Amino acid sequence: MSFWNDPLKVAADWLEGIFTGWGMDAVLAHVLVAFLGVLLLIIILMVVDIFLVWIERKVVARFQDRLGPNRVGPFGLIQPFADIIKLIIKEDTTPGNADKVVYNLAPILSMMSVLILWAVVPLAPVMLGTDLNVGVLFLVAAGAIGTLAIIMGGWGSNNKFAMIGGFRQVAVMVSFEIPMLTMLMIPVIFSGSMNMNAIIAAQNPIPFWVLSPLGALIFLIAAIAELGRAPFDLAEGESELVSGFNIEYSGMKFGMFYAGELLHAFTFGGFWAILFFGGYRFFGLEQVSPFLAILILVIKAMLGYWVIMWVKYTMMRIRIDQMLAFNWKFLTPLAFALLLVTALMNALLSPAPTWLYALGMFLANVVTGWIALEIARSATKQERDRIEGPTKTAEAHH
Amino acid sequence: MNEWIYVALFIVVGLVIPIGAIAAGFILGPKKPNPVKESTYECGIEPVGEAWIQFKAQYYIFALVFLVFDVEAVFLFPWAVKLGQLGLYAVIEGIVFVSILVVGLVYTWRKGMLEWA
Amino acid sequence: MTAQQIIFLIVAAFVLGSGVMVVTARNLVHAALWLVSTLFGVAVIYALLNANFIAVVQVVVYIGAIAILFIFAVMLTRRDMRDSGPQMNSNWWLGALVAALVFVGLVFLLQGWSGFTGTAADLPSGFEPISLLGEALVSPEAYVLPFEVASVLLLAALVGAVYVAFNKK
Repeated sequence: MSFWNDPLKVAADWLEGIFTGWGMDAVLAHVLVAFLGVLLLIIILMVVDIFLVWIERKVVARFQDRLGPNRVGPFGLIQPFADIIKLIIKEDTTPGNADKVVYNLAPILSMMSVLILWAVVPLAPVMLGTDLNVGVLFLVAAGAIGTLAIIMGGWGSNNKFAMIGGFRQVAVMVSFEIPMLTMLMIPVIFSGSMNMNAIIAAQNPIPFWVLSPLGALIFLIAAIAELGRAPFDLAEGESELVSGFNIEYSGMKFGMFYAGELLHAFTFGGFWAILFFGGYRFFGLEQVSPFLAILILVIKAMLGYWVIMWVKYTMMRIRIDQMLAFNWKFLTPLAFALLLVTALMNALLSPAPTWLYALGMFLANVVTGWIALEIARSATKQERDRIEGPTKTAEAHH
Repeated sequence: MNEWIYVALFIVVGLVIPIGAIAAGFILGPKKPNPVKESTYECGIEPVGEAWIQFKAQYYIFALVFLVFDVEAVFLFPWAVKLGQLGLYAVIEGIVFVSILVVGLVYTWRKGMLEWA
Repeated sequence: MTAQQIIFLIVAAFVLGSGVMVVTARNLVHAALWLVSTLFGVAVIYALLNANFIAVVQVVVYIGAIAILFIFAVMLTRRDMRDSGPQMNSNWWLGALVAALVFVGLVFLLQGWSGFTGTAADLPSGFEPISLLGEALVSPEAYVLPFEVASVLLLAALVGAVYVAFNKK
């Protein structure tokens, strides 16, 4: 067993040897080593987070036909560090009317809710993270704490915009958590486990996006809503709420919300990769070295993050009534229908050979999606006719 | 049990890092508060009235509908885990379970409670 | 005392303290947030008992849905979030006495039970509680009827809530 093949175990054994050599209790040494491992992972995540600021700004610039940061350092790479220095030495103002404790707790909880998501991320075949048998639900539980942080920030600021932002965030969360929970059940049905590692292991011949392309799509939509990014960034609503729930935050407290949002998006890119695109798997390359496996996972997570950014900088923000109607009248019924179709096809096709199973699942997804779109199309046509009259005069309007 | 130690460590470190960052900002930043700076932001004018006001009751209906489906999902997760090893009857039971709740969604829809008014 | 018992005592004290804060906090939103910390402590106790699924469900449903519903309800119904009335009425000592007596009685009763002083044993390897739960929920010999009735119960809750809200309009 060399460092190249299993770096975590080699390093942990070495450290535990040192600690027990100092006369430390074996259990305590184990916990201390685990603590150092977690600390290392979170510090790496924070460094990644700093570069995410640069990536986000660079990508949005390209989408808007600009250059983005390009003055400080090569390709503007030093820019995020300059941003952080600015945030740290900025005056930390607290509104006089704010509820101090709740106000100050909100950014901390917001960041924490994102960081704990990494407890269930399997990084490589030998770095399985926490082997929790409820990993899938853990994702939703951490999201609940994140939503709570936004409500606390919105309410604690004692500001009308912040308050409205907090309420809207809850409306978004309570809506899109149902499709998300339902879509989380689809990898669970295929793999027969809620464990993230088992879900990756079950994607050995066929990744789940082949079996459930529609499920992957609905999960992405629900994830974007959970992240509070455009087109579902109602809680921030720059144009009408100025900045929404984080309006009264300055300095590093704002930085925590902002960095938390970026890391959250990257993390959900990672979960998208784990649940539907095979996580660290890439044609057996992950077996060569854990370092390579981590690289594959990071690349997949970055691709997911890029898709989330692509959506954010392409779509415009939708109104709250549109958001609620889209979720409750389209996405939630579709998610339930897809869950039941998947369960039924899974039972019917289980004796079939693998290729037939995959083909049947794929076609079932396509047909379900197509039927849903046809129903939505005829319903919207009726609605349009009802409002605008059956004439075609409004055609230019669209 | 052992796995939860890691989760607990993640929670502890996940709290310490942002607290450290905010504390660094608090220590390094200037502190010159004054009443105007501390006043609530409201687009450049003095704030009018209370911010902690009563809100639109319709948010609550959506939260209630959400709660019901949230509990439903909790029931369905164990079902989904075991589904691969169970026969068609388990699938049909799941379909019945979800269909009963979809009736509730349809009722809510028909009553017009899903319209944002 | 094992590490598990020490953790349990700390968490139990945290849950009790938060519970006391829920009923004594004057600001109703603060009370709701203390309720969140109480419920979180209960989730930790479930985790200590190796009940992973219940622990996570506790956070998803109680913190993610019910506590948020509470905060919502407070913000929606009260103009003033401060509870102006007194926190205690003149019968507080009677309540405290009954609570103390129930506690003493429970301790007395449970003294003879062997599980009272034991710690949760580690689950045997290969034991999959969630899978067993899933099987029990749908197998006709076990809980298939309660499973479907739970759906009807949820339907009744939903229809009732919508009906009440609709008639107020």
